[in-house]
Amino acid sequence: MNKYLLYPGCSMDSSAKAYMESLNEILEPLNLHLEEIKDWNCCGATEYLGINLIPAYSLIARNLALAAKQMNPVNGTGGTRTVVAPCSACYLNLAKADYYMQERPTLGAKVNEALAAGGLEYKAGTLDVRHLIDVLVYDVGLDTIRSKVVRPLSGLKVVPYMGCMLPRPDYQHRWSDHEHPTELDDLLRALGADVIDYPLTTECCGGHMTQIGPETAFELIRRLVADADERGAQMMVTVCPMCQMNIDAYQNEANHFFGTNYHMPILFFTQLMGLAFGKEPGDLGIGVELVSARNALANIGVEVPVTQEPAAPRKKDEGLPMPRRWTKHEGRKEAVK
Amino acid sequence: MSDQKQERVGVYVCHCGTNIAGTVDVVDVANWAAEKLKHQGVIIAREYKFMCSSLGQELIEKDIKELGLTRVVVAACSPHLHEKTFRTAAKNAGLNPYLVELASIREQVSWVHTDKVVATAKSKAVVSGAVSRVIENRALDEIKVPINPNTLIVGGGVAGIQSALEIANAGFHVYLVEREPSIGGHMAQFDKTFPTLDCSACILTPRMVEAGTHPNITLLTWSEVTNVAGYVGNFHVTIKKKARFVNEELCTGCGICQEKCPKKVIDDVYEAGLGYRKTVYTPFAQAVPNFPVMDKENCTYFIKGTCKACEKFCPTNAIDFAQQDQMLNIDVGNIILATGYDLFDARRVSNYGYGRLPNVFTSLEFERLSNAAGPTSGNIVLRDGKTMPKSVGIIHCVGSRDKNFNNYCSTICCMQGLKFAHLVHERTGATVYNFYIDMRTAYKAYDEFYQRVLEEGTLFVRGKVAEVTDAARNDREKGKLIIQCEDTLAGKQRRIPVDMVILSSGLQPRKDAKEVGKLFGISCSMDGWFTEKHPKLDPVATMTEGIYIVGCAQGPKDIPSSVAQGAAASARVLDKILQKEVSLEPIKASINKEACSGCRICNGLCPFNAIAFIADDMVSDINPALCQGCGTCVAACPAGAISGTGFSDAQIMAQIDGLLLKNLEIGNY
Amino acid sequence: MPQMTDERVRAGMNREEDPSLLHEVSMKTAGVSHLEMCIQCGTCGGSCPVAMDMEHTPRMLFAMLRAGMREEVLRSNTPWLCVSCYHCVVRCPQEVHIADVMYTLKGMAIKAKLYSDSTAPHFSQTFVDMVEAYGRSYEMGLASRHYLRHFPLRLPSMMPMGLGMITKGRMTITPKKIKHLDQLKSILHRAKQLELTS
Ligand SMILES: Cc1cc2nc3c(=O)[nH]c(=O)nc-3n(C[C@H](O)[C@H](O)[C@H](O)COP(=O)(O)OP(=O)(O)OC[C@H]3O[C@@H](n4cnc5c(N)ncnc54)[C@H](O)[C@@H]3O)c2cc1C
Ligand code: SF4
Ligand code: SF4
Ligand code: SF4
Ligand code: SF4
Repeated sequence: MNKYLLYPGCSMDSSAKAYMESLNEILEPLNLHLEEIKDWNCCGATEYLGINLIPAYSLIARNLALAAKQMNPVNGTGGTRTVVAPCSACYLNLAKADYYMQERPTLGAKVNEALAAGGLEYKAGTLDVRHLIDVLVYDVGLDTIRSKVVRPLSGLKVVPYMGCMLPRPDYQHRWSDHEHPTELDDLLRALGADVIDYPLTTECCGGHMTQIGPETAFELIRRLVADADERGAQMMVTVCPMCQMNIDAYQNEANHFFGTNYHMPILFFTQLMGLAFGKEPGDLGIGVELVSARNALANIGVEVPVTQEPAAPRKKDEGLPMPRRWTKHEGRKEAVK
Repeated sequence: MSDQKQERVGVYVCHCGTNIAGTVDVVDVANWAAEKLKHQGVIIAREYKFMCSSLGQELIEKDIKELGLTRVVVAACSPHLHEKTFRTAAKNAGLNPYLVELASIREQVSWVHTDKVVATAKSKAVVSGAVSRVIENRALDEIKVPINPNTLIVGGGVAGIQSALEIANAGFHVYLVEREPSIGGHMAQFDKTFPTLDCSACILTPRMVEAGTHPNITLLTWSEVTNVAGYVGNFHVTIKKKARFVNEELCTGCGICQEKCPKKVIDDVYEAGLGYRKTVYTPFAQAVPNFPVMDKENCTYFIKGTCKACEKFCPTNAIDFAQQDQMLNIDVGNIILATGYDLFDARRVSNYGYGRLPNVFTSLEFERLSNAAGPTSGNIVLRDGKTMPKSVGIIHCVGSRDKNFNNYCSTICCMQGLKFAHLVHERTGATVYNFYIDMRTAYKAYDEFYQRVLEEGTLFVRGKVAEVTDAARNDREKGKLIIQCEDTLAGKQRRIPVDMVILSSGLQPRKDAKEVGKLFGISCSMDGWFTEKHPKLDPVATMTEGIYIVGCAQGPKDIPSSVAQGAAASARVLDKILQKEVSLEPIKASINKEACSGCRICNGLCPFNAIAFIADDMVSDINPALCQGCGTCVAACPAGAISGTGFSDAQIMAQIDGLLLKNLEIGNY
Repeated sequence: MPQMTDERVRAGMNREEDPSLLHEVSMKTAGVSHLEMCIQCGTCGGSCPVAMDMEHTPRMLFAMLRAGMREEVLRSNTPWLCVSCYHCVVRCPQEVHIADVMYTLKGMAIKAKLYSDSTAPHFSQTFVDMVEAYGRSYEMGLASRHYLRHFPLRLPSMMPMGLGMITKGRMTITPKKIKHLDQLKSILHRAKQLELTS
């Protein structure tokens, strides 16, 4: 059994409860065990860092300290030093604190001075902070995931939306690319979905701008939704509560603002995994999205699987050959250098 | 020691201007040596502003003669720089040059410390070590060996060709080894060359032909060096001549086999992936030599066992499917490496979309696109093979000047970007944008070319491009490639829709530069370019005597500089050849026969194969002509029977004791 | 010395330049900022998804930092618009920690009370207040307090969304509290006395 520490983050039991519910549904088929960090606190999102630096990092580091204490249960069956965060913003904050506390030892020392006031300490580098999809793709593996699929999603046209904070800045070189990572594409393909190439996959959803400069945020939401629509997507698939919230809850306002009429549902990738694993939509939090996914989901299973088109005969004026695509394998090697 | 005859040692401490004196109290060091090392034989210690100046050298020579010095220690810079200077001075004054030691108090003290007190104390220790050591030095005689007048040149690009012609024209023999089927290198791929826009083939082909037909040049294409042994003047080189499957004696270069060969593959090398070639092919029409090679990996006969179309049609029966790789052994005196560069792989900058967006091209692809002999006969068109672009964006610094990729300036890509702008303008009339961080157009007639391109109406945008995307935000952008960047001079973010994007990719070291360096015993810089002996004063020599580097193998540069280096290295080689012999450092290992147990451990370890086992005596023996004094065997011998001249145990132990100030009389420090 | 005319003053001729500003910002930034390495290439300004609404592109802001234009920099809306998308950060050829510098500038602007629009600083402060009170963020309280204060006119158009969120159970009506709130409070209390300067 794969065992990890879980840092759920604040939105998982409110705005992104569908994410939590669907995650819980896929744990067992994938033989995953997530142990929640006891008494974790908010990571401060993108807000605390702008107000006061040392408190912001101390706030994050309290979670790391608690996790480090919990990582080797006295009589448990083997501990783990990996913390899994399903929220991209939480993942980034935790990973960043861990990284900067090493890069800037003065920061590490000051944060520990603050932690000491609460009887805690954290030695940077003790933990491995990872995002949920990283663990699913690279630890559980696409083969295992594929083997659990009982209802392939073929006929469902999706754009994979990774968002910005997950593949960047990527302190530990975990992703295939900063701009066009393929992890989510690969996973959705393993579920049988029709994955549409989405060049905006790591563009920003607007983050907190929906709160403080809505018009700026609406433009960012419009770009994402319009391009997904243009490419014929039936839905967007996300790995982050904030992205889901902005695109789902603010889509209508953005429509209103620009006089457009997009209807682009956005679901968590775990919800699609659940569906592919044969779980019931109701157990996966499907239906709580504001831009309904009902029509899009009607496509699953009812459509005949698309057959591979026979290769067209080569024409005389076939144009110039393309360079080979940059593969993840090559990308990884360079990154580790 | 006291009962032996005491040596008379002179110590000379150099200020090196403020290089040393700024951090080390040189007067204190000299006084200290005179006083505290007196018991070891130091009879004079001086300091001087520049010991390496002629006045400084005279000072030493005078002392040797007048005070009868038998040993000299110069505390100055690294021996790499001036060991030779001071040894020559000693020789001039009648002292064996190997009785001089340099104590490096610049590279190893003043340049790496800031605290004057500590630096001065450390200098004293370094001087003390050198004094203890020099006493143990023995007079040695230089070894003279004859120089083989043949030269090996590796890499037949424009730099290697230049070197080869210079030496061959001077009357000496050259082996020119090229791993591709033809010489010519990158320059053979270009259409025009900046800044004068001469036709690349027109100026290069005559040189290639000359190299191919020169009586003093043995051209070995489709070949690679696999082993190098020996030393300056006497290198033994093994070359693998890969099977061409075409008999060079019989082939007339008529080209019928290429024509008849039914199998077409993408040509990744010469056509930069933009065109096709047959599996039996010469890369281009003017190839030298013009016999084809067969690409075994792709040949239908080698894969399936049938075809042989080429064999059927060859009028001279030159196709030979049974041909084998050949190993050639040659002896040369000097070696020039002219292996050139690789183009930076633009797919790594994923935000520029190369490999994902069809109409993003690399610089080499564009060279082929604009070349009359290229896949589109010189028509500048989009990837569909027919549409002419109405607007083109040229992006500078792709993979260069970027800590995420290569942290250096590739030197030629600004000029090359300007050349492209001119060609696009001239041939298509398209609107051209050049995106740059800084316009680097130094050197003769280069900035004038920039001004010419400005005059032609190219639109320059100062800003490193952030991304190239096909995600349109409005109708104006639909179906186009959008270049997004900050126009830093206007202070605004811009999105510029274009039909075609050309990436001015940087140059980078050959993929195998490290291994090639190792093969020839030279090192690479952090970036991976071959390291020259001195960045300013000895740019084509290397730390290994007899090995030279020219052209882009040494670092990014344009054709004029590559050619200049090619010629420069030839001058150095000719100088060596004309000296007829070379003196070798007498630093050699030797085996004490009495102590040798005959275990033979050392035999296999010597990288120069200098050790042989003498069965009659049951001991090992070192051939001094082959030994390079590397010391591997010295360290390995379990019986301690091997010692290296110049690095004897006595010398090293004495130096360590000296460094630790154990040589001082108790309580004297 | 020519007299300072009003025009010259207005043209900024007597602007106080603060040569230590760049270093100060660099030191106050988490990690090693590399701010002094900026070559003004504009990759950041070109990458930024919100550049259209920024008064200064990030690059320009860094030029102003170098020029020691303390007031202008801290008054700029640029840091407040940064959405921390890290596009500039991974593309910057000089590895400048741009997004982190933006956080530093926000903090400095708040301390110097130099921001021109209070929406963003207030939002951050409200968020921080909630976290300090509960140890968790509390979307409902945050949204209502924030919107009432800054976008009262948008509330009607927001209602359907808010209601939707509540009826779908995606917004909890009561805040959640962590167990050891005291511990968190003492950590933050101590942290506030510390500053990153070297
Ligand atoms: C797109 C582009 C356009 C350019 N345009 C211009 C221009 O207009 N004007 C200008 O002045 N400069 C231009 N340059 C620069 C120019 O290409 C170089 O200055 C020049 O080609 C360097 O020549 P070289 O002989 O050092 O290297 P190369 O041309 O790279 O030649 C090296 C040769 O060595 C061979 N080789 C490599 N390794 C081995 C090995 N291990 N064993 C045997 N053989 C080996 C290679 O096959 C090759 O033939 C341009 C560069 C590019 C990328
Ligand atoms: S057909 Fe024969 S002679 Fe002609 S090029 Fe080919 S191998 Fe040479
Ligand atoms: S030569 Fe010009 S394009 Fe090439 S790396 Fe240097 S500045 Fe950039
Ligand atoms: S991308 Fe980096 S180097 Fe370029 S302007 Fe921005 S901060 Fe400066
Ligand atoms: S991190 Fe901030 S400054 Fe950088 S591109 Fe994103 S929004 Fe702009």
